[in-house]
Amino acid sequence: MQKVYSKIESIVGNVITVRANGVSNSDLAIVTSPNSQSYANVIKLDGDLVSLQVFSGAQGISTGDQVRFLGVPMRVSYSENLLGRVFDGTGTPRDKGPALSENMIDIGGPAVNPAKRIIPRNMIRTGIPMIDVFNTLVESQKLPIFSVSGEPYNELLARIAMQAEVDLIVLGGMGLKYDDYLFFKDTLENSGAMSRTIMFVHTASDPTVECMLVPDLALAVAERFALDGKKVLVLLTDMTNFADSMKEMAITMDQVPSNRGYPGDLYSSLASRYEKAVDFEGAGSLTILAVTTMPGDDVTHPVPDNTGYITEGQYYLKGGRIEPFGSLSRLKQQVNKDTRDDHRALMDGMIKLYASYRESLEKKSMGFMMTEWDDKLLKYGRLFESKLMDLSVNIALEQALDLGWEILSECFEPNETGLKSDLILSRWPKKSAD
Amino acid sequence: MANTSGRVIGVNGNMVSVQFDSAISKNEVGYIRVGDVRLKGEVIRINKDVASLQVFEMTNGVSVGDLVEFTHEMLSVELGPGLLQQIYDGLQNPLPELASQCGFFLQRGVYLDPIPNQDWEFTPVVKVGDVVRPADTLGTVPEGLFTHQIMVPFTLAETDWKVVSINAQGTYNVRDTIAVLEDLKGNKRELTMVFTWPVKKAISCYEERLRPDETLVTKIRIIDTFLPVAKGGTYCTPGPFGAGKTVLQHMTSRNADVDIVIIAACGERAGEVVEVLKEFPELTDPKTGRSLMERTIIICNTSSMPVASREASVYTAVTMAEYYRQMGLNVLLLADSTSRWAQAMREMSGRLEEIPGEEAFPAYLESRIAEFYERAGKVRLKDGRIGSVTIGGTVSPAGGNFEEPVTQATLKVVGAFHGLSRERSDARKYPAIDPLGSWSKYTGVIPGKKVEFARSILFRGSEINQMMKVVGEEGTSVNDYITYQKGELVDACYLQQNSFDPIDSSVSIERQRYTFTLLFKILSGIYDLEDKKQVRSFFNTVRQKFLDWNNIEYKSERFFQIETELENLYKGKMTSFDPDAEKLM
Repeated sequence: MQKVYSKIESIVGNVITVRANGVSNSDLAIVTSPNSQSYANVIKLDGDLVSLQVFSGAQGISTGDQVRFLGVPMRVSYSENLLGRVFDGTGTPRDKGPALSENMIDIGGPAVNPAKRIIPRNMIRTGIPMIDVFNTLVESQKLPIFSVSGEPYNELLARIAMQAEVDLIVLGGMGLKYDDYLFFKDTLENSGAMSRTIMFVHTASDPTVECMLVPDLALAVAERFALDGKKVLVLLTDMTNFADSMKEMAITMDQVPSNRGYPGDLYSSLASRYEKAVDFEGAGSLTILAVTTMPGDDVTHPVPDNTGYITEGQYYLKGGRIEPFGSLSRLKQQVNKDTRDDHRALMDGMIKLYASYRESLEKKSMGFMMTEWDDKLLKYGRLFESKLMDLSVNIALEQALDLGWEILSECFEPNETGLKSDLILSRWPKKSAD
Repeated sequence: MANTSGRVIGVNGNMVSVQFDSAISKNEVGYIRVGDVRLKGEVIRINKDVASLQVFEMTNGVSVGDLVEFTHEMLSVELGPGLLQQIYDGLQNPLPELASQCGFFLQRGVYLDPIPNQDWEFTPVVKVGDVVRPADTLGTVPEGLFTHQIMVPFTLAETDWKVVSINAQGTYNVRDTIAVLEDLKGNKRELTMVFTWPVKKAISCYEERLRPDETLVTKIRIIDTFLPVAKGGTYCTPGPFGAGKTVLQHMTSRNADVDIVIIAACGERAGEVVEVLKEFPELTDPKTGRSLMERTIIICNTSSMPVASREASVYTAVTMAEYYRQMGLNVLLLADSTSRWAQAMREMSGRLEEIPGEEAFPAYLESRIAEFYERAGKVRLKDGRIGSVTIGGTVSPAGGNFEEPVTQATLKVVGAFHGLSRERSDARKYPAIDPLGSWSKYTGVIPGKKVEFARSILFRGSEINQMMKVVGEEGTSVNDYITYQKGELVDACYLQQNSFDPIDSSVSIERQRYTFTLLFKILSGIYDLEDKKQVRSFFNTVRQKFLDWNNIEYKSERFFQIETELENLYKGKMTSFDPDAEKLM
């Protein structure tokens, strides 16, 4: 039944065309060269002319190579055996473990019915005060980390992978530097978090097409685990590389570019991935944190811009810290009312004071006289930055809140904080009798 | 009628080329058979014997040679009692029913009856022998708050039809025959309470279109007073992400003074729709005291749902709006976001390999947008009643830059422009409508001259603010500084509104008039203040009082108390009124 075609009509970029019959859209095929073999999938049908994108790239493919259609779309194995494993963008093992082929599931499945969605209600504790206290991550949320290249975004993700209170981490790496891949692997292994992690990694030297498959693979697997009752956190890095590989493919396919070369369906393509984030009533949930590097620190660049319209807020990573001002978790209101009575008030109060600190800092740098109040603010800002904002801080939300009160009491008199009196009465640290 | 069929000869994303055998028409619906599912598609181009179908589902698994059945019907929606309170996708598939049938995911190829199969208490208003025309009322059924009129289908030929039979008062299923009509040639038509209408055609069974001259009250001060919307008018709300477009629309959908609200969530986050889905049944409509859901229809085609049905969803929504307008009701259609709809057109245009216009949008972008907004309008029906469709669309411009094609094409055809600004939303000034850049061509609830005066102070205040950034506070005269503070006062106490405060979140027209009168007096005052410190402290006190006033229940004891305090406060420092402003009082 599986017919082999051995006449490749054209090879452009990573796309080959063959004449074949009875082929379905999105079907998988195997392209066999004398020394190598690669998967490919159908992206266009025009009469008997079938266009395929070759996962490992079309380099070295000859017009005489054989193409065999498998009659099934791209799939990935799903079982508990995935835990602790590392795969590449086609689902082939990257570690030395065995290839998995049982219980294959389709990737890029249908969307969740909006009528079945529920209002998010559980926070995800990460142990990072800038997230837990100030911009709480919520189950089923989709949040990008907007960052300039050079910022420690992968360190942040690794930290979250180690600390987040979830059942399962699925890490999708796109266009990762090999060093970064090793960094993730080593960090997770050393911390013992690897046993609850599944990695799909495409490194910068791997073929472009595989980069486009990584989010789909990661999300398909994560979705199944969520349906089976697991609380899953998907970490993706870096979505800009994903968008760039989409751009590359679109241009190869002669599509009319819309904005800075990106295809017109950039928004829909990003959205169909991000919208996989969901809280299944009566089962688990899927949460997405995705790094989006902003070329030239420009948030109006098509990739961060489209992302911002899709996601529920964003974290800005600047100067090695999660910036408190631009960052926003749109869903935090759903959960931070039930954590502790002082959470919201302290969050607002501390940010307002931090904003004043920034003003004082500016005044100082311009050489103005510093008042007593300015000095207090400067002290506060320094403490805030070192004790709460530093990415290496790992404390529970309650501890972080207590620490917040401590910092305030170290710098200010109670009435200078603008916080409500009854909160101050109950939470203001008592001066130790020395 | 012999069905036309065809065979798939090409697949490119969600565009499928089909070779067909006999006549087909543009925009007719065809179904592609893939295994045992049928995928709905719409013919968007015909070239010799090849039709291009835009398919409303994912096309994986479609192969060359697959059978396509054409229906000879344009893409249509079902109209009839039971539309209210429903949650549909872009093709009028009821999502809750779909969920109970298919579970968590949207299975492709499942199409359910849009109108729920239920019984209605029918009361005829015509009798046998009466002559009727399309859109005339045959009878009524009570649908929640409204008397739903069962009308002669708009699709019937525009001639005289004689009523051959009509059911007596009683309970009938929505799909039971309730009347039989006969035209002059003796053609008979059996009618149920349900009929279909092609979504891309405007319903025009009315006597004449009227000028939209009545304000549509939204209970949002900046809109009703400064940038009003009219019943039967159109407006657009462009803004960068995070500026609060959706929150503003939700606020409008809750408070708008209309009979029916249709929310078209087109290509946006599913989470936002869920908030509406879960909140609306809990909220009560202040006008009727019933659940808000009873006056609402939600069309929901979120960003991860198929792109082609996103394109259809705004038409589905506007067709339903027109249907209820035919019953003499005022309908508000909120589309969020029209940019996603335009992008769906762009994707299709790219697949059709059309020559692209600006930013790869198709050349017909502007005419399509104009066509859509032109379906709004206030009309006088044949029986003299007035109905209206108001359309408010959000626009999500790339990079927050209003110079892009969708925003520009929209601005040309709408009657009011509520531009949201990142600057204002960053400063937490909500609603973040930019009061200086936005405009409206409709008449508001407060005399135009007075509003103009307040606006001129805003303008001048912002100019002075710009100037102060250069020359510093020291280089600004006390008079200019007063104007600047007046501008800030308008902004803080009138333009901004706290959507979370139970009182401030919706302000009745009566209250708007009342508070504006006092605000106007304060703005018109010429004050005897010596230096900037005094100015600042004076305006700070006024502002604080005014804000307190905003949060107090209207016409309560405390309300009048604060009013008196405010009166005394400004009169204490005022020497006289500005003569120009005094003339307006």
